[in-house]
Amino acid sequence: MCLAIPGKVVDTFDQRGMRMAKVQFGGIVREACLEYVPETQIGEYVLVHVGFAISRIDEAEAERTYQALRDLDQLTELESPVVEEVEPGGYRQ
Amino acid sequence: MGSSEVSAPNEAKPAEERPVALGFGSCPLPIMSHQQIVLGHGSGGKLTADLIDQVFLPAFQNPILNKLDDQAVVTIGGARLAFTTDSFVVTPIFFPGGDIGRLAVHGTVNDLAMSGARPLYLSAAFILEEGLAVDDLRRVVESMRAAAAEAGVEFVTGDTKVVNRGKGDQIFITTTGIGVIDSGVNISADRAWPRDQIILSGYIGDHGMAIMSQREGLEFEGAIESDCASLNGLVASMLGTPPAGEFIHCLRDPTRGGMATTLNEISKRANVGMFLREQSIPVRESVKGACEVLGLDPLYVANEGKLLAIVAPEMAHAVLQQMQQHALGRDAAIIGEVVAEHPGMVLMKTQIGGTRVLDVMFGEQLPRIC
Amino acid sequence: MKYLDEYRDGDVAQKIVGEMRRIQTRPWVLMEVCGGQTHSIVKSGIDHLLPEGVELVHGPGCPVCVTPLEMIDKAHAIARQPNVIFCSFGDMLRVPGSDGDLFTIKSLGGDVRVVYSPIDCLKIARANPAKQVVFFAIGFETTAPANAMLAWRAREEQVSNVSLLVSHVLVPPALEVILQAPDNRVQGFLGPGHVCAVMGYSEYDPISARYQVPIVVTGFEPIDILHGTLMTLQQLEEGRAVVENQYSRVLGREGNLPAQKLVNRVFEVIDRKWRGIGTIPMSGFRLRDEFAQQDAEKLFDVAEIATLEPEICISGQILRGIKKPHDCPAFGTLCTPQRPLGATMVSAEGACAAYYAYGRHLKPQAAETLSQIVAASSGSHQGAIANGQL
Repeated sequence: MCLAIPGKVVDTFDQRGMRMAKVQFGGIVREACLEYVPETQIGEYVLVHVGFAISRIDEAEAERTYQALRDLDQLTELESPVVEEVEPGGYRQ
Repeated sequence: MGSSEVSAPNEAKPAEERPVALGFGSCPLPIMSHQQIVLGHGSGGKLTADLIDQVFLPAFQNPILNKLDDQAVVTIGGARLAFTTDSFVVTPIFFPGGDIGRLAVHGTVNDLAMSGARPLYLSAAFILEEGLAVDDLRRVVESMRAAAAEAGVEFVTGDTKVVNRGKGDQIFITTTGIGVIDSGVNISADRAWPRDQIILSGYIGDHGMAIMSQREGLEFEGAIESDCASLNGLVASMLGTPPAGEFIHCLRDPTRGGMATTLNEISKRANVGMFLREQSIPVRESVKGACEVLGLDPLYVANEGKLLAIVAPEMAHAVLQQMQQHALGRDAAIIGEVVAEHPGMVLMKTQIGGTRVLDVMFGEQLPRIC
Repeated sequence: MKYLDEYRDGDVAQKIVGEMRRIQTRPWVLMEVCGGQTHSIVKSGIDHLLPEGVELVHGPGCPVCVTPLEMIDKAHAIARQPNVIFCSFGDMLRVPGSDGDLFTIKSLGGDVRVVYSPIDCLKIARANPAKQVVFFAIGFETTAPANAMLAWRAREEQVSNVSLLVSHVLVPPALEVILQAPDNRVQGFLGPGHVCAVMGYSEYDPISARYQVPIVVTGFEPIDILHGTLMTLQQLEEGRAVVENQYSRVLGREGNLPAQKLVNRVFEVIDRKWRGIGTIPMSGFRLRDEFAQQDAEKLFDVAEIATLEPEICISGQILRGIKKPHDCPAFGTLCTPQRPLGATMVSAEGACAAYYAYGRHLKPQAAETLSQIVAASSGSHQGAIANGQL
């Protein structure tokens, strides 16, 4: 558990009153339900599990933490290792 | 194994499952021996192999059949002939990049080509379901005509049967093919040898994912087309790579079960190991995306216009370059090599730098959520 | 593919492993909770990259593995009925019950269909008004929002011929069971990233505090797992024990509130039996009474079936991280994915099945040999690369 894949929202529409999106994964596009992340805009990335977007990807946060990983071997012995500790309630939905 | 109890659904049951001394777990017979044919038996993986071992081989044993190549090589009057048969039951019968007819022609031509034979003549037997539109049949037949022309083969005989509605999934096609193997050509799975290079002719996973994209509930947009094509032209070109010589040891087209299953088959037949590099294996973005979403592995997805070649190390680059000159080999790549270690086992260095063993597929690959 | 490819980068992996080596002073045992994480580890061969002394054991996070045999038999009993279209995720199709699996039932004429999303069942139900469509709603909290939506929409849109057979399980109670066991070896956890994307991770604070174990909510790609392992290692080496979030690009402490809202509306928490472990209190979901019309357990008369697990199977100990597949005498011999004896082999995500599929079906000595082969091959392949052959 649990296979969820990041994809880019390329279109949004309504289907029987449910908010839906067309999401692009690599070279293909599939529909996903946006009811759980309704404020998602076209161009944003979402995480999709069994046809439902369950979260939006925070691109700035992704860049920040990935850069920290890339910089790992530049730490000197005196510097403390990078520790990711998120403030309570710190992530915007 | 279990017994039905008549009880209210919420009756209290023991909290822990207590193992019962039944000698159950020590029984050497498989718990799941199949009494009925299941879909997995047709998937080209382990279940198919088991069926062949347990049902067909015991009945039909002979030295040629026992080799279990995709084609039989028989010698008649001094000429070496390759002889093969295949059935095609794909649904839907029309799919992006092809149809059942095109698939039938290229599939059979390729089986012949993989022995190094020049494919010459095909037969086609049709089982048609009552109610099939004649226009659909015409479309399939026209497709077969065009495919045969592409491959340079002729249909010389055939048969037609019709079954009741509901008994035949529109069309089933069985094709049989004959080709000639020229002297100096000596290709077979057991010729793979340590240090041989493994060459893949192009992108994997196109055909299987093109079919998958048509399945109910799994539809997606994005052009994934079947790679269905006859490979005899490419093979002829490879065999002609100067200087001549028996440097192509083995050829296989990775159809059902995908590339990983095919390499395992060769590896076990020749009793050699293999070591691949994931980085070198070409996969289209669209196929990658579709596989990620459905939880499938492109290494196990069927291809219908690709080949794997196992080539002597001193000729590998020359053969690769020759392939890249051909329309069907533009994206060819060396993906690994044959090794003496771990015979029968195919290992792969993963993108992240770890090592993974590629085992044979069991039954059908299914979309997963985990 | 963005947010996937870069999380499979070999250079970044090396940096993280290098940092692990720098800070590690003693051996540690970590558990990754999710079956998907197990799958990722074994598929990318991460276990061969970790430094000596960092041991990853596999947890009970495989909903297929832990679905009780009784529930599978109920599912099969329903699928056999002539008027039923039985829909399931692909994962469940090969899981054997007491008498065959869903494939066997299909081969005998049952209408069994693989669906990608629970919502697909609504379409199938509308297209087949004379049939009963039943969906096998298994999963952890990750899948609960999707399953909840099916039940909700079925009621809202008055699609009366669709129902769910629910076998949902929850992660936090399972962690407690593991930590409470007297023979527990686990010192730190890689928490379930996608479960927490839905539920948030505040539930893990009391567990971390009570048992003094670090819990790092971790993603699924190889870099995520290595990063989560590093963060857990850092805590262990520094003597800290808190909940941290490695998967911060995907989730925050609260999780997905709209999803939690619908899940609570549709499901309620109950005791659930976990295959290989036993009943864990308050560890599962069932449909609330107001959704009785969508509840296949109420709609179909499926009697309890007594089931027997093979004596030799040690799934329970594997699910709790006490033993590894190699420790089982039946692993790879009597018990294979084709003929699974127990929970952890029946699903592709189970530890035993994952080990087997990715080739660890070697006896412990042979596993040593595999490590040597890997080391030697890397060496010889440096040569091959240098010669321009690879």
